[in-house]
This record gives sequence, C-alpha cells and structure tokens, in this order.
Amino acid sequence: MELLTFPFMQRALLAAVLVGITAPAIGIYLVQRRQALMGDGIGHVAMTGVGLGFLLSASPVWMATAIAVLGAVAMELIRWYGRTRGDIALAMLFYGGMSGGVLFINLAPGGSNANLGSYLFGSLTTVSEDDIVTICVLAALALAVTLGLRRQLFAVSQDEEFARVTGLPVRLLNLVTAVTAAVTVTVAMRVVGLLLVSALMVVPVAAAQQITRSFLATYVFSVVIGVAVAVGGTVTSYYQDVPPGATIVLLTIGVFLVLSVVATPLARRRARALAGAGQPAGPVECAVPAAAGATAVSGPRSGAHDEI
Amino acid sequence: MDTPEATRGGEPVIELRQVSAELGARPVLRGIDLRVGRREVVALLGANGSGKSTAIRTIVGQVPVTGGEIRLFGTPRRRFRQWSRVGYVPQRTTASSGVPATVTEVVSAGRLARTRFGPLRRADREAVHHALEQVGMAQHAGDPVEALSGGQHQRVLIARALAAEPELLIMDEPMAGVDLASQEVLARTLRAQVGAGSSVLLVLHELGPLEPLIDRAVVLRDGCVLHDGPPPEAVGQHALPGHDHVHPHDPAPRPLRSGLLS
Repeated sequence: MELLTFPFMQRALLAAVLVGITAPAIGIYLVQRRQALMGDGIGHVAMTGVGLGFLLSASPVWMATAIAVLGAVAMELIRWYGRTRGDIALAMLFYGGMSGGVLFINLAPGGSNANLGSYLFGSLTTVSEDDIVTICVLAALALAVTLGLRRQLFAVSQDEEFARVTGLPVRLLNLVTAVTAAVTVTVAMRVVGLLLVSALMVVPVAAAQQITRSFLATYVFSVVIGVAVAVGGTVTSYYQDVPPGATIVLLTIGVFLVLSVVATPLARRRARALAGAGQPAGPVECAVPAAAGATAVSGPRSGAHDEI
Repeated sequence: MDTPEATRGGEPVIELRQVSAELGARPVLRGIDLRVGRREVVALLGANGSGKSTAIRTIVGQVPVTGGEIRLFGTPRRRFRQWSRVGYVPQRTTASSGVPATVTEVVSAGRLARTRFGPLRRADREAVHHALEQVGMAQHAGDPVEALSGGQHQRVLIARALAAEPELLIMDEPMAGVDLASQEVLARTLRAQVGAGSSVLLVLHELGPLEPLIDRAVVLRDGCVLHDGPPPEAVGQHALPGHDHVHPHDPAPRPLRSGLLS
C-alpha cells in the first residue's frame, strides 16, 4: 500500500470516504421524492461559484458552496411558487450556472477552461490541505442533517401532503434538504467532479434498493456502496492516471448492474419463504372459469361492488 | 354512541361557514357550510367534480380558501397548531415514493405529529404497533408497502393516521379501490374509533358497509351543499341486489348520476 505514503493520496482517500458517505445519504431523499436530477442541477449552478472563486481570487470550494446553496434555495422556491413551467425555470438555472462558470473563469487573469477540468471531473492531486478541512466540516454538517432529521425528512419525502398535516415545518425541511444537497455537491466536487456528482447521489441508492425492502436498509447499504466505489475508484485512478470521477461513476453503475442481476432470484426466494410461512398462496390457475355473463361459483360474492 | 341531536349542542370539531375555494381560476367550492360535532360521523357525498376532495383539503390546509371561515376544535384554522388531534388519510395516490419503505416505517411517520423533532420512545413504538393491530396489518409490519394490495395499502394509510391517536379522523375516499375484506376491516376500525370517542369526516362515493355508522350525510353538487341530514336512501339502480358498477375515476366532471339522490 505504497499509495498511502503520499500525503496527497491520504487526503484524496479521506475525501473519497466522506463523499462516499454523504452523497448517498442525502441522495436517498432526493430519489425518494423523485428529484433524482436535483443534484445535477446544483452541480451546474456550482460551476458559477468556481468561476467566481477564480475571478475574485477567493477559495473556489467556499465560493461554489455559497453559489450552490443559493441555487438550491432558488430551485426550491421555484418548486413552491412556479407551478407552471417550473421545468423551464430550472433549465435556465442549470445552463445559466454552467455558462456563468465558463464566463467568469475566462475573465479571471490567466484563467481558461482548462482550470475548470479538475472541478468538472474530479482530480486526485488537487485536494489541498485547506480543501480537506473544508470538506470535513461540510461533510459533518451534511451527515448530521441526514441522520438527525431522518424521520422528518423521510416523512416529507414520502408524502409531502400528509407531512404538512402532521404539523411538521415542511417548507423549512425542504429548504434544509436543498441546502444539504448543495453542501454535499461541493464536498464531492474535488473528488467526483461537478458534472458527475449527481451519479454518486443517485446510483448507489438505485443499486441498494434492488435488494433492500426497507428505507433504513437502503440508507445503510447505499452508504456502504458509496464508500466502496469512492475508495475503489480513487485507488484505480491512482494506478491508471484517469480522472477519479469517471472511474467512481462507472464502478457504481457496475455495482448497480450486478445487484439487478442478483435481485431476481432473491425476490423469488423471498416470495417462496413468504408462501412457506403460512401465507396461503392462491391456486396458480382459476379452477372453473365462469361462463360469459354468469358468475363463477367460487368467485367473489355476487353483487360485490368493485369500489364503494 | 351519542345521538347527533345530543352532540349538536356542543362545540363542533369542524365548522365551515360559507367557505369558497378555487383550483386554478375555476371555483370549486361556492360557499359551503359544514359542521362535524363531537363523536359524530359525517359522510361527504357527491359526484366526481362536486368538490368533496377540495372541501376536505381546505379543512386540512392543503387548498387555500378564497372566502368564508374554517374552525377546527373551535380555533380558526389559520391559528390551529394541534395537528396531533387530527388524523388525515389522503387519497391513496399521494403516497408513492422512489425508495422502498416498510409498513412500520410509513406508519411511524404518522407519529411525528406527536414526537415532532424528539426521539421515538417506547410509547411511540407501541402506538405504531397498536395502530397496525387495529387495521389488522401487524403481521405485515416488516413488509415493503410496494408489495401490498390496494386494500392493504389503504389500511396502512389509516394506521398512519391512527398512530398519533387523533380525536378527529379526516379521510378522503378511504374505500376507493378497496377489496371487500379490507372494507369490513375499515368499517370495524372506524366503529372502534367512534366508540372510543373520535369524530369522523369522510369522503365516500357510496355508503356501502359504513352505512350503519354514519350519523349524517352532506351531499355536494357543483360546489354547493345540496343535502345535509340523514344519509339518503339508496334508490334506483344502486338499491338493486346484484348491482355492479365501476367508477372509472376520470378527472373530467361527468353528468350527475351518483344515484344517491337522483
């Protein structure tokens, strides 16, 4: 394990572990509320922050965090008020964010699109000591929210209307989700890259739920997958000299495919176990088909309403 | 059970006065009056598009009112905060999500009305289990909700409302798409709740097996109250034995032929 002797690899691996934990931990709520692409949108908006960071000679990570949080809040506000054409408004936010990033970075002295590359697809060597402190703080914040508020976020993401009637502050919780997602995007930015960060929020969750049956198991298993692929991808990219984001995402998709293949026989075995546990399984075929216009003897009570 | 006449003197748990509401720019409620007394079971009936669901959703604050006044337990709804006293069962279509969840996980969400941001204590877990027992779903506690039948899913949503141990149940079409076995379970659950002192307001398409429980029926037509009194007798087609009819649930308003009053 000679790679552990390099300080830049120690930092990259630590960042990878934190990203592997936080990205699926917030991503699961986005998947649950069917906003899987929100992370992608925030990633695009954060590019403007990176560009501004270069232009103003400020830390691109903190600048990206600030702009991503603003963008996420804007998206949440559009979801509240923009009932019509919300998709168009979101699209403008995505592409405006990307264009802002390209524009600002080219305005910066000595800046060009080449500087953007490591932010778009991740990079091992660029996780600086300052970055790692920022990443640790932000990851701790994101994890505290997704774990501490898991019951409340679950309820809001499962059935927003019901959650409002329980008296939960649903708007506040939605904002907290959006801000946490934005923070996670910038945590993941250095390792996975802004264009690929959403994959690490969504695909581990999709992979885990191929074989899980509860929310808790999906949460735990997707975090395990996230850490495994983030570390695996980082190590691979050290030996092969490719951007870590790409290897991490391809590994995640590989895990998803393997689990989907495993899922089918597993589901069958569970169904058999359930049938064996005393749940009467119905006959495979109907015994006596009813003649047209008549009622089968063993069928439901005659005159049963389909729906009352 | 108290007679409705006896309870009408007390403070109503739900009171609507001349409430109107719009969806988009289309007026859906045109000034309705509705009262649910303590321990009263009131059914809200009417054809598709008559405003039943909108009326329910204005009461729980999901549709803004454009006029009139709503009071819950005597408090104007705008200032009402004791949501743990209200158990809400929305239409089943609202509760699907992108991640698997077990029956217990979904029902526990109902307990948040009481625990809020606090931890889930032993008493809360027991309340969740008790709610599942009431609807006969305790043996399915660990099953994923995606694997349930329509009737079982509806029972889970009712258990979720019961988990907060509410005094008032508000249900939007709890019998829609529910098999006979589940309908009987629901009728039994409701009877137990009313026996324990709860009040109920529910949207129904037809009275069905709940008929003996219902104290009063309010029939809406085109956003106005058409009838408020004893449950109407089923007449015509609906009263005939062997009558079999399927509501296609199309969103477009259909000609009025609910059969309840026509």
